[in-house]
Amino acid sequence: MTNKGQIIARHLTVGYENFDLLKNVDFEINEHDIFVIMGGSGCGKSTLLRVLTGLKEPKEGEILIDGKNFTKSPPTEKEKLMRRFGILYQGGALFSSMTLAENIALPLQQYSDYGAAEIADLVSFKLSLVGLSGYEDYYPSEISGGMKKRAGLARALALDPEIVYFDEPSAGLDPISSRLLDDLILDLNQSLGTTIVLVTHELNSIFAIGNNSIFLDPKTQSIMARGDPKDLLKNPPTEQVRLFLTRGETKHG
Amino acid sequence: MSKEQKALFSYHVNQTELELIFQGRFVCFQDSSSLSRVIEIVQKGQIKRVVVQTKEVIGWDSSLAIILYRVKKETERAHIPIIWKERTNGLKRLVELAFSVDRKPPVLSKKTSSFLEKIGETGFLVYQSCCAGFSFLKKVMFSLGRLLSGRAVIRKVDFLFALEDAGYKAVPIVSLISFMVGLILAFVGAVQLKVFGAHIYVASLVTIGMTRIMGAIMIGVIMAGRTGASYAAAIGTMQVNEEIDALKTMGVSISDFLVLPRVLALTLTMPFLTVLADFMGMIGGGAVGVFMLGISPQEYWKLSIEALSLSHFLVGVFHGLVFGIVIALCGCYYGVHSGRDANSVGVSTTKAVVSAIVWMIVMTGLITFACEVIGV
Ligand SMILES: Nc1ncnc2c1ncn2[C@@H]1O[C@H](COP(=O)(O)OP(=O)(O)OP(=O)(O)O)[C@@H](O)[C@H]1O
Ligand SMILES: [Mg+2]
Repeated sequence: MTNKGQIIARHLTVGYENFDLLKNVDFEINEHDIFVIMGGSGCGKSTLLRVLTGLKEPKEGEILIDGKNFTKSPPTEKEKLMRRFGILYQGGALFSSMTLAENIALPLQQYSDYGAAEIADLVSFKLSLVGLSGYEDYYPSEISGGMKKRAGLARALALDPEIVYFDEPSAGLDPISSRLLDDLILDLNQSLGTTIVLVTHELNSIFAIGNNSIFLDPKTQSIMARGDPKDLLKNPPTEQVRLFLTRGETKHG
Repeated sequence: MSKEQKALFSYHVNQTELELIFQGRFVCFQDSSSLSRVIEIVQKGQIKRVVVQTKEVIGWDSSLAIILYRVKKETERAHIPIIWKERTNGLKRLVELAFSVDRKPPVLSKKTSSFLEKIGETGFLVYQSCCAGFSFLKKVMFSLGRLLSGRAVIRKVDFLFALEDAGYKAVPIVSLISFMVGLILAFVGAVQLKVFGAHIYVASLVTIGMTRIMGAIMIGVIMAGRTGASYAAAIGTMQVNEEIDALKTMGVSISDFLVLPRVLALTLTMPFLTVLADFMGMIGGGAVGVFMLGISPQEYWKLSIEALSLSHFLVGVFHGLVFGIVIALCGCYYGVHSGRDANSVGVSTTKAVVSAIVWMIVMTGLITFACEVIGV
């Protein structure tokens, strides 16, 4: 396959009108990575995610997806690239006037050549992947917060995206559901080869599934550490990273 | 190369074994006829096991996964094992994942009711919403009482903000519309009155029409669409964001904190806007009188002032005051009683505007009747 899901950020400056959150940073997300973006609250993780997904323009620099310049491409090209993303928003972002089945069918009807029967099968398949089989005819207002999130994931997966972005997927989930979500992410990554970009504070998830990461530092507006989170835990480059990865445990002798 | 790329789905039956063979690249693959035949074979019940051969698959997406998902659904039902022959076991993993959580949703009871039941239900619903409306009104009255006795939690900023929004920010649109209404009134009147050579009565037509009722009605409709709708949408969105819940659990009264500032603001500004509308309408009429009928401005002004009576003017302003209360109450009521999703906010905004206009008409009828009785 030519499309792989590799993301390269070059000289990226991210911020809002009168302040920068990240200045001139470079990082690379390899195909099939489960890439974790870490950092304290308010350091700009969600903002970085919005830039990566094209919802917000970077102040400077560019993002390359499989070698194509995502930031500088014209709107139609950009939309085509964006169709290869799946995004799970913090609250699920389901359309409230549609049933779950209609929510998931929407991107399929818009952008794929599948017939009605295949779409119905795909909908039921994606819903059962996230453990919601049989919920086709429910409206978002009739299911719980965690279920909304999973349904949002089913919609994000509708078009077999090469890259799936998650913003705090396990926030608001019970430990077992969040564990199941981790397994699902891992399964997607290994069976479909999907690249996963993940913003999360959940240490268990970070160590269980992450194989690459960056740690944002708001003070210097740069990346404080990068690499496999398990290695970072073994040899933390700075005290701050160590505190983050050990939940602020104090060092003993 | 291209021959190898093409997706091939074939199957054959070996006594009690069904073998499914997949070769090539499965992207957006569709073959519902083969799939339904395979499912038929499984359903016949002579098969003891299914072999899935995917060693020659080069690439795949969900289109292949759903074929196997459908097959697995049938085999699960018939308790037939599937033997997977894959290079990597990505496909097996994904398909089995779909069966890993088997929680059936609670059955939604969608009851059907007969025609008579429907009438009864509708009647009951109307009765309920009337009760809800009255209790809402009662709450607002109590809030007002609390405010007057200085015990209500009401943020001055909120009130001032509402006042600004319902007041001077509405001035441009109110001026424009009432100028146009005055213009239209005069124009339509002039065409008819000219026939009798009575066109100088245009001035009194416009003055009486605008001050007694048209000014207030036009402003009412504008403000229902502008401010009433925004109240419903803003409070409805707070409902969606669970802000209303937060206020309730903090023990802050919704009617004090959200409803009262808005109702007061609109009630205060509407009479002034009505006066503005009367004035602008008269100017609009004057434009027709001066430029179309050739009446001199001084003359037109004199005729207008002669037609102006304090009772008409006060009745008009009173209409404005009542409309202000009606619009704000409808907007806030539907906002507070909105559902918890984007769609419901839209529905309650619509209801707010429509009901405000209906109640305005009802109130106009009542006031007109009352005026008749007391003879103004
Ligand atoms: N629309 C905005 N305009 C201006 N500043 C903003 C805006 N949104 C966020 N910020 C600021 O940008 C910073 C980063 O916000 P962001 O939401 O990216 O943080 P985060 O790392 O995702 O935090 P958390 O882990 O709490 O979700 C914060 O300091 C915030 O105040
Ligand atoms: Mg965030």
